[in-house]
Amino acid sequence: MRVVTLKINDQEMSGREDEDILHVAREHGIEIPTLCQLDGISEWGGCRLCLVEIEGSAKLSAACVTKVSEGMVVNTESERLSGYRKTIVEMLFTEGNHICSVCVSNNNCELQDMSSDLKIDHISLPYRYPARTVDASHDLFIFDANRCILCTRCVRVCDQVEGAHTWDIAGRGIQSQLISDLHQPWGESDSCTSCGKCVEACPTGALFEKGKAAGEMVKDPKFLVYLADMKAEKS
Amino acid sequence: MSVKTRAIRKIDAVKVPSDDKRWLIVAAAMRKHGSAQSALIETLHSVQSSFGYLDDIALAFVAHSLRIPLSKVYGVATFYSHFRLKPQGKHNCVICMGTACYIKGSVKLLQKVDQKYGLKVGNTTSDNQFSLLEARCLGACGIAPAGIFDGRVLGNLSPALVESQLDSWLKESTANETKSPS
Amino acid sequence: MIDRKITQQISSAEDLAKVAAEQLEWQAQYQHRVFVCMGTACQSVQSGAVLAALQTEIKNKGRENECLVSPGGCQGNCASAPLVSVPEQDLLYQTVQPADVEEIVDALAGKPVSRLLCDNKGDFFSKQNRVVTNHRGLLNPESIEDYIAAGGFRALLKALAEFSPDNVVQELQKSGLRGRGGAGYPTGLKWSTVAKARAEQKYVICNADEGDPGAFMNRSVLEDYPFRVLEGMAIAAYAVGASKGYVYVRAEYPLAVERVTKAIRSAEKHGLLGNKIGSMSLDFHVEIRLGAGAFVCGEETALISSIEGGKGLPCPRPPYPAESGLWGMPTLINNVETFANVVPIITNGAEWYATIGTPRSKGTKTFALSGRIINTGLVEVPLGTSLRQMIFDIGGGVPDGHKFKAVQTGGPAGGCIPEEHLDATIDYETLMELGSFMGSGGMIVMDDSSCMVDVAKFFMQFCAAESCGKCVPCRVGTAHMHDMLDRITKGEGTMEELGQLESLCDVVKFTSLCGLGQGAPNPVLSTLRFFKSEYLAHIVEHTCPAGVCAPIGQDIRRPTCALSP
Repeated sequence: MRVVTLKINDQEMSGREDEDILHVAREHGIEIPTLCQLDGISEWGGCRLCLVEIEGSAKLSAACVTKVSEGMVVNTESERLSGYRKTIVEMLFTEGNHICSVCVSNNNCELQDMSSDLKIDHISLPYRYPARTVDASHDLFIFDANRCILCTRCVRVCDQVEGAHTWDIAGRGIQSQLISDLHQPWGESDSCTSCGKCVEACPTGALFEKGKAAGEMVKDPKFLVYLADMKAEKS
Repeated sequence: MSVKTRAIRKIDAVKVPSDDKRWLIVAAAMRKHGSAQSALIETLHSVQSSFGYLDDIALAFVAHSLRIPLSKVYGVATFYSHFRLKPQGKHNCVICMGTACYIKGSVKLLQKVDQKYGLKVGNTTSDNQFSLLEARCLGACGIAPAGIFDGRVLGNLSPALVESQLDSWLKESTANETKSPS
Repeated sequence: MIDRKITQQISSAEDLAKVAAEQLEWQAQYQHRVFVCMGTACQSVQSGAVLAALQTEIKNKGRENECLVSPGGCQGNCASAPLVSVPEQDLLYQTVQPADVEEIVDALAGKPVSRLLCDNKGDFFSKQNRVVTNHRGLLNPESIEDYIAAGGFRALLKALAEFSPDNVVQELQKSGLRGRGGAGYPTGLKWSTVAKARAEQKYVICNADEGDPGAFMNRSVLEDYPFRVLEGMAIAAYAVGASKGYVYVRAEYPLAVERVTKAIRSAEKHGLLGNKIGSMSLDFHVEIRLGAGAFVCGEETALISSIEGGKGLPCPRPPYPAESGLWGMPTLINNVETFANVVPIITNGAEWYATIGTPRSKGTKTFALSGRIINTGLVEVPLGTSLRQMIFDIGGGVPDGHKFKAVQTGGPAGGCIPEEHLDATIDYETLMELGSFMGSGGMIVMDDSSCMVDVAKFFMQFCAAESCGKCVPCRVGTAHMHDMLDRITKGEGTMEELGQLESLCDVVKFTSLCGLGQGAPNPVLSTLRFFKSEYLAHIVEHTCPAGVCAPIGQDIRRPTCALSP
């Protein structure tokens, strides 16, 4: 695999040509915000927070799905980008029903962290207050749709790592929702192995363990990288 | 909900859900496409054209036969607006809501149906006589506003025309009822 | 139906010429030929009954041996459906009813039935230039024999015999043909990328998922010229080295589906599709795939995942389908009209094609004229025609004494162009500069009875309902924009909110994953650019100048409850 040199935020660096901008930047200490990307599962490119400017291109590119190339000049921070990112996170807050103070993931939530990183102090878009449900039918876990941001990390981890494909997204557009099997209660799903990987992969308090009180749910999806590496070695 | 789960569990991957002949058409559609996962949409089309809609039994049968996860089948079935998960009425009225039809007043047609029969888009009358649907664009813009009544495209619709068509369906059904021996 | 059916295999240009000559000879034994349009619009007003009545009438009169009645294609002026043409007399009859057929048959040799005559010399017909729709409906769309007699499949066999695959690609490049699906990417360049890609299997896909509301050109071309589209695909397959093709067509177009399905079968039967086409090295198999009601599937990566049996979710590009498309293989995707243009280019040469149109937009384009216009229907004009010629000469202007307000082009990603820009020419760049888009060719005319805020809301409702939901800005942003427009039409909008709407347009346009989201703000942006006063009337004065959101002069806000203090 060829190694290419490129510039990210005026910093010279090199990376393999099969790597994406997000990972090369990360290896060199430059963090690009993202919510749908998770190491150990495939890229999705849906949250649009990792959009960056590439010199010579009128369009913005998602860093997680754009491969580096020789001589590429990338800019990950600008007033325009941070404005877009703020609006996108605002959209996520208005799309669901997020009340941090009562959430199991309070202080351990990637959406919450993102809004503090982006210095979002108020939401200017109108809240949509959708009517959403909580599914507590599973013995071990709970799915609270109010907190779901449809990043599909659970769908991908369940399909690609566990091989169960219990989760998927039903409907489309603003009506999209996370469902298990044929839109059955999670607890009645035949395909679910109760492995809990979806819970670890979930960036918010949408999927969590039973018995956790507000602020008690801590997630650590790093093991997914080891599983992915092991799988790659085996094949 | 638990009843629904058990019914789905019982479905054998090889056997068809019932001896209804229409399942043979569905099975043939799957075979025609090599029973591959890529046959999903074509198979759902054949279920819907045979049975009128997709119920859980059908979705589970298709999922098992094509070896596709249930949630994926459900996701595909709900992603495409053509697929219906609820049974439809005996008759079907589709009003086009494309740009040309909209400009020429197709909203008034829907309002008329709602006003006279209390029926909103996507619903079926309580007596299962007819369903009201809307279409994105029928490509019949030259004769806007257009609609499809039981598979027949009609153009230059007016609220009165829609009303007379729906009334003729109702009349036909009352006529049939009086005729029936019971 | 009286039809001549051939059974032989066609394995050379000589065979083809022989079949064509025999068919022409057979046609010539009929003194009179009559075509009844069997397109969607005409069928909806019972042209089928007219066809049957004509055939019965001729039989009853014992004139079967001199008169041949055939189903024909779209004449274009769908507003006058059902249409019957008598080519020998150069006559077109409009709004024909089964009761009229006796008169028509009696008039075949004599004086035309004047009360049914349609002016087929008028501007609507004379100002068009038909390349893709050159048979003007005088071709039985279901007869491969008639297609061959009219010169069909000659281009394919010519390309196979006289051109190398490279030559075909070069010819396309020289012609200057650009993608007719909307974005206008040079077709030859796309073909050459796929041709250069190395893979064991390549695919050719015909995108017939014409989703733009108010557009029906592709439906018409597929219904009338199914063989020509297939022939274009086969030439493409030869040029890029593909052996498998798909026609992805909307389920909403049952007639087009039926015709293409039959056409595939009949071309296969005669050795014009399948293995060793024309006894030469080309193997090309075509299958049809039905869409299931998702506008986003017109986007090429979404279309591919739909053919693969999944949801139509777009994927970030690159990689482009030309490198990694269907099942990861190099895939050529072109629109129906693009493929239909290939045949005349190969037949008449790239130089000829390049003489039509403007320096950067070559050839002709079909448009679907509809809305508040006298001559609704399908038209084909050279690119570079002005909007004014299109709407007032060909289209006949706005009916009922109303005043023209705007023309909407480009579907949900397009824009509304006002009166002052009517002299602009129809080509890819000019429309883009006006904040609109060529799109697939829908042209919806609006007059003073249309409210532009309401129109913007209509398109936003469309985009929100058709958003696949994969990326956040399109999924949530379009829903917010629709709500804001809805509040404005109800008199509940504020100036602050209007500013917020404009900034949301910017976010959604530049951060969405695919063309659907990136184009969704265009109808709002273009109406804000040209019709801002209408927005202000709704927000500041709470009135709707067009009388759509409330009768003219009335307050558009919902009446407050009589019981409230």
